[in-house]
Amino acid sequence: MTVVTTGGPLPPQPYDVAVVGAGVVGSAIARALARHPRLRVALVEAQDDVGQGTSKANTAILHTGFDAVPGSLEARLVREGARLLTAYAAESGIPVERVGALLVAWDREQLATLPRLAGKAARNDCHDTRLLGPAELYAREPHLGPGALGALHVPGESIVCPWTTTLAYATQAVRNGVHLHLECRVEQAARRDGVHELTTTRGTLRAHRLVNAAGLHADTLDRRLGLDDFTVTPRRGQLIVYDKFARSLVRHILLPVPTALGKGVLVAPTVHGNVLLGPTAEDLDDKRATGSTADGLAALREQGRRVLPALLDEEVTAVYAGLRAATGHEDYRVRAHPAQGLVTVGGIRSTGLTASLALAEHTLDLLRETGLDPGPARDLEPVRMPNLGEAFPRPYQRADLIAADPSYGTLVCHCERVSLGEIRDALAGPVPPRSLDGLRRRTRARAGRCQGFHCGAAVRALFEAGRRDAAPAPGAPAEAGGT
Amino acid sequence: MSAVRQVDVLVVGAGPAGLTAAATLAARGAGRIEVLERERTPGGAPRTCAHGGFGSWRRPLTGPRLARELAEAAVRAGAVVRTGVTALDWAGPLDLATVGPEGPEILRARAVVLATGARERPRAARLVPGTRPAGVYTTGELQRAVHLHRQPIGTRVVIVGAEDVSYAAADTARRAGAEVVALVTDLPTHRTAPARALDTRLRRGVPLLTGAVVAELLGHGRLSGVRVRHHDGRTAVLPCDTVVFTGDFVPEHELARRGGLVLDPRTRGPAVDGALRTSRPGVFAAGNLLHAVERAATAAREGALAAAAVTAALAAAGPGAGTAAGPGAPRPDGVPLTVDPPLRWITPSRVTPADALPYTLRTASRLTRPLLEITQGGRVLHRQRVRGAAAGRSLTLPAHWTHRVDPAGGPVRVAVR
Repeated sequence: MTVVTTGGPLPPQPYDVAVVGAGVVGSAIARALARHPRLRVALVEAQDDVGQGTSKANTAILHTGFDAVPGSLEARLVREGARLLTAYAAESGIPVERVGALLVAWDREQLATLPRLAGKAARNDCHDTRLLGPAELYAREPHLGPGALGALHVPGESIVCPWTTTLAYATQAVRNGVHLHLECRVEQAARRDGVHELTTTRGTLRAHRLVNAAGLHADTLDRRLGLDDFTVTPRRGQLIVYDKFARSLVRHILLPVPTALGKGVLVAPTVHGNVLLGPTAEDLDDKRATGSTADGLAALREQGRRVLPALLDEEVTAVYAGLRAATGHEDYRVRAHPAQGLVTVGGIRSTGLTASLALAEHTLDLLRETGLDPGPARDLEPVRMPNLGEAFPRPYQRADLIAADPSYGTLVCHCERVSLGEIRDALAGPVPPRSLDGLRRRTRARAGRCQGFHCGAAVRALFEAGRRDAAPAPGAPAEAGGT
Repeated sequence: MSAVRQVDVLVVGAGPAGLTAAATLAARGAGRIEVLERERTPGGAPRTCAHGGFGSWRRPLTGPRLARELAEAAVRAGAVVRTGVTALDWAGPLDLATVGPEGPEILRARAVVLATGARERPRAARLVPGTRPAGVYTTGELQRAVHLHRQPIGTRVVIVGAEDVSYAAADTARRAGAEVVALVTDLPTHRTAPARALDTRLRRGVPLLTGAVVAELLGHGRLSGVRVRHHDGRTAVLPCDTVVFTGDFVPEHELARRGGLVLDPRTRGPAVDGALRTSRPGVFAAGNLLHAVERAATAAREGALAAAAVTAALAAAGPGAGTAAGPGAPRPDGVPLTVDPPLRWITPSRVTPADALPYTLRTASRLTRPLLEITQGGRVLHRQRVRGAAAGRSLTLPAHWTHRVDPAGGPVRVAVR
């Protein structure tokens, strides 16, 4: 019996551990805790789905960690996390493509920086980087704009599906006994007799130990618990997704040579068969400022034009903006507070997707420091996620699947080739979508070039029918997801 | 590996162009004619247009009625119309890989007619910044939501655009019980019939904001408003929960591009000659795939013309299944046909002396009974005054001058004098 709630009262008896924030990091931690059957674990999320915050809107790269600060916690966890996530993805069906990255030097100064970056990569245990001259660079990337002088090739850099990753963790956690409480925003926090009392929009939730994985809001939650270690400054990254016809223009993740101002704007293929351009980097103070701006998009296009001129001729499929949890520190802000029965997992930037499984292991160690005895561990039954990646057979390409169930041959979303069967499966999943956006992250339906012109109404009809059929959770909102 | 099944002509898309092509071919006895439609019902875009304005003035029809009649005519003539079947990609010069509930299949044809239609560019492709709330539509999605699925769409609607389709979107929104807050266009005036614009503005009380763009979408979860910017820089927020991006049609050219067919850079549809032949022998194109949105009657006319060209190609290739029309009937070279501003595009965009198909042109600014001059290398081939057109509307140029074209004489230009 799985437990996912979106309304109604919360169980009165205290959990052993409550994880606040069901992003990629919080979900990974919940999954790690689920390996210990003796623990009662809650995963608490303010929004109506997992991965709805920073996790859904990143650059979708599985990093090697070649450019991390050597010796930092981030460097170690990214390195370990990359190995763990690569293995986990293979087991779970999360699409990953090891396309490699090219750090492209556009002037002499940048060219001179490349050997130093290769040295840094080696210090980060990434020993297979290689310097390329312009001839080899253009042979590898024939559509690259003119004027590149050379590149550093980092073959291990990969692209991954961020939506499937978060959903796989959450699904596996829920299947193994974790209670997922959605639409459950933490508004107050207090600790009485060693028990945390979280006042949420859905009542009080109690837990002996707390993991703060609240992303952008980790500093707020920490302060409610009497801690003042860091401040999260939202850093907005706007990105443009280009149409699938652009995919043949680029073979690697094309990175600029990093400068003092940051990692800069990249051009990268996605596992869904598109091309990403972005992100911008704008420090803001509004944690809800997830809008794109005309200036931001113009700046991205300007930079994209230099890297891959033909990209600008292709249609834009989507524009989005994500907020990174910048803290003004160079490293993650992960710390145990044994006196408070708390582990804070803060300041996790875009590398958090790669590091998620290692962060989860690290958090479990820190929970032990707070006196938690997790008890015996078991291996979890693997999850098998529906494949959203273009490098692997999609359901409509599988004659065996269609023969067994014709709904996999019935396409509903034509641009993304999403079948009726996949939509039905997503709606019946252990962590079902609560909105059309949630359905899109599970199936890609409505994510394509027409953005619903052809299929939007049909997908909405399926979604609403699926919600009507599902047994309504107590107090679940009657309102449908809208478009 | 899927089995290969042979047909004579494969038509991709069961809209007015595809269905008319299929009906014409079947009536001419061109063999097994199969129409593939990925939607569940045939008829194309008219199916979702519950309003009238289709058919002829003698016999006016609503969109759904026209769609039904076209489909019935194709079937009655002997064509096989298969719905719920998607043409995925090319598996050979005239082979298409398909999938449907019955599984994958490769269809091999002697000739292929692409009639995949057009769609409106959505908000993202127009690079309209802001948040990503629910309540953002194109007219196509709106019409399907309201007319096919009876879904509620919101209460206060802003329409982006002020052309025919925008006014149709406004009607659809009102029919769904919503209030239309405004139509917004960056042009100095609307692009629909004056009577219709006046009726919407006065009788329905819907304001038309000209010289203005929707510069930002606002709201988390559900749309809460749009920021409108006038040309002079003033901005204002229109509170609304729904916005419809109308017009700005683009050809649905996925299959054409996947096949590496040469596209017309102006229309972004496949470049065709006067017989609607694409750059791939044996592959023809018709309807709104060629030029984005024209009336259903224009698409149907092109479907009929494509059918005539396919029949000729099949006859030239000789009888018998297994013989592709393509290799037996290479495309006559023709010469490029281009337009000068303010004309935006012309289709067909290649011309041979034998061509008899009327040309469709679109203009970027209003033309009142323009004199069109057709030249080749400075030599005037033809001058003709034609009916005028507003910006974004098309005009028609008859083809009775094409016999003067020199096949070795270089590009032919059409200019407005």
